[in-house]
Amino acid sequence: MSALSNAAAQPRVGLFATCLVDLFRPSVGFASVKLLQQAGCEVHVPVAQTCCGQPAYNTGDRADTREIAEQVIEAFEEFDFVVAPSGSCASMLKKHYPGLFKGDTKWEERATRFSQKCHELISFLTDVMMVRDTGARLDAAITYHDSCSGLRELGVQAQPRKLLSGVEGVEIREMADSDVCCGFGGTFCVKYSDISNAIVTKKVGNIDTSGADMLLAGDLGCLMNMAGKLKRQGSNVEVRHVAEVLAGVTDQPPIAGSGK
Amino acid sequence: MELAAKHFKASATKALADAQLQKALGNVEKGFIGKRKKAADALPEFEALRDNARDIKNHVLAHLDLYLEEYEAKVTASGGHVHWAETAEDARRIVLEICQNANAKTVTKGKSMITEEIALNDHLSANGIEPVETDLGEYIIQLRGEHPSHIIAPAVHLNKEQVEDDFRRVHTHLKADRDLSEPVSLLSEAREVLRKRYFAADVGITGANFLIAETGTSVIVTNEGNGDLTQTLGKVHVVVASIEKIVPTLEDTAQILRVLARSATGQDMSVYTTFSTGPKREEDPDGPGEYHVVLLDNGRSSMLGTEYQDMLRCIRCGACMNHCPVYHAVGGHAYGSVYPGPMGAVLTPSLNGIDETGQLPNASTFCGRCESVCPMRIPLPKMMRHWREREFERNLTPSTARYGLKFWAFFAKRPKLYRLAASFGMPLLSMFGGTSRRFKSLPLAGGWTRYRDLPAPEGRTFLQAWAQREALKQEPLNQGAGQ
Repeated sequence: MSALSNAAAQPRVGLFATCLVDLFRPSVGFASVKLLQQAGCEVHVPVAQTCCGQPAYNTGDRADTREIAEQVIEAFEEFDFVVAPSGSCASMLKKHYPGLFKGDTKWEERATRFSQKCHELISFLTDVMMVRDTGARLDAAITYHDSCSGLRELGVQAQPRKLLSGVEGVEIREMADSDVCCGFGGTFCVKYSDISNAIVTKKVGNIDTSGADMLLAGDLGCLMNMAGKLKRQGSNVEVRHVAEVLAGVTDQPPIAGSGK
Repeated sequence: MELAAKHFKASATKALADAQLQKALGNVEKGFIGKRKKAADALPEFEALRDNARDIKNHVLAHLDLYLEEYEAKVTASGGHVHWAETAEDARRIVLEICQNANAKTVTKGKSMITEEIALNDHLSANGIEPVETDLGEYIIQLRGEHPSHIIAPAVHLNKEQVEDDFRRVHTHLKADRDLSEPVSLLSEAREVLRKRYFAADVGITGANFLIAETGTSVIVTNEGNGDLTQTLGKVHVVVASIEKIVPTLEDTAQILRVLARSATGQDMSVYTTFSTGPKREEDPDGPGEYHVVLLDNGRSSMLGTEYQDMLRCIRCGACMNHCPVYHAVGGHAYGSVYPGPMGAVLTPSLNGIDETGQLPNASTFCGRCESVCPMRIPLPKMMRHWREREFERNLTPSTARYGLKFWAFFAKRPKLYRLAASFGMPLLSMFGGTSRRFKSLPLAGGWTRYRDLPAPEGRTFLQAWAQREALKQEPLNQGAGQ
């Protein structure tokens, strides 16, 4: 059966939780499951998942990246769709995996087929599952940071805003330069911590100026970076992954801050 | 100039502490980005023009030898001379010989990154010939003994008070009580001083934005007209250009010009776009008696056919650095190379080898904003990653990063071991996080906690919690494992 005809019934979705969600913020994983199930998906969480391989890939270690990619493909290729609550990890699966296998026709084809099933969570909900409203409600003035990979490699920008504007009680206050990097950049933030700090300092300034009491984004790396800086500066701005708000799952304490 | 790319980290830290520089960099961020966006938005066909420009350059690079030969033949037919320079040293020697043959004492120069690349000014000075930079920004940094910090706005790291101080220090023949508080007065003074230098110069040296194969023409774009004066007032005009500047036709040039200034400064066109073909003809009222083109390779031909070939499409508009958060933070000098920013992070290792320049392709968050604005659609992050791969293969990656990564990859490739380690480690780490739910410092995480807290993990890992939840759901149903 093709992925699409399956999708018309109840698509089987493999949730790629991402290492940061798995290790640091399980509530984002549960929020993702809830959103996917609400949208009519049958959600599976393969246990053979660890990391998408990005740290190795961006450090220039192609051999390890490829081994990790093979493992991910093997664990997930049985599903109709593979969804990750992260633009950066989803983009790794979708845009970068096929290139790892150049010259190995069999694996390249397999990776290409696999990549076509991969999606970032929020854009999957809006663009594939045609979700218009998640039914959540929350009284908060939020501001949204566009994480770079999701924004520039996958075109995720309007989708989260569309869903957030449907959340009863939410008011969106756009910050200046919401599409500018927060300075995380994977290993960049520790390799070049001085520069990373300069970039995140500007970002946090824009968050403060927006007057929002909650910061949302779709990538846990960026969120932990901005949350870490906000906490260090003693800010009260509450930081959460966008999936938590859209799923109405805000029982866990925020990544940073205490809200108003 | 001496390559100081290996000191990038230290230079960056210094740049971050330089309050004046930080203020000046704020102008790059505020000015160029908005202007480019406005110019691009105003042109419905802008994205199609980018595709077109990319295709033109790709075509040239696939047939570079043929177009270079055609270009040389056309230059020769129009009475000019083409000199082939394989290395920077060759190029310096050739230019010096031309100047010496003209008995030159001073030469004027239009702004040219390629003459920075071959360190021409030092070479001319060492041989008794005075080079005078005529682009305002270049003139200012020449007075200060500095190098450009940006490829289109070489003095963008300075403010007008600094320029005023430099002019008062150097232009001692002018009245001491003159008013230099306004940019326009600084401009007028530079114009007055430079005007005399044009007439005194024996040779004019310019770069080239394009070399047109079908006509043997070199093209420069400027906003000050200094390029025109440089190339028409001297007895001899020397064009120094690298081989990838070739475009097939006048029509192609016009196409690429439409994306150049829009990407660089947000102008529809730069104020002056000057085409020069050969020396002064009999019927011309003015122009140089001799016309020379020095074609520089300096490692570029070895980029052809490699994963770095796309870099040769670059038209030096500066859009990548204008939009780069790292460039915004540290400025161009920190890169320690002629070409700063994302384009430099790819090009510098190509020209100078990765051994000394390895920091540059690493100093990027891979945010991709550079690629998103590049008029020639050069995949800059991808090529930086290729450089990181070359470094990794050759064991040039710093050992802390290498071992840290290997440690991580060891677990990432062994899901069972990873799960085991995570299911013990994360609850423990969560416990240490205490009631504040954060770490202000953590062993081995100093790079992170130096400037920001590390949010504590929630406790159990997602997969651990998920497995537990699924198990609870299954229990009452008492179903077999196979179902």
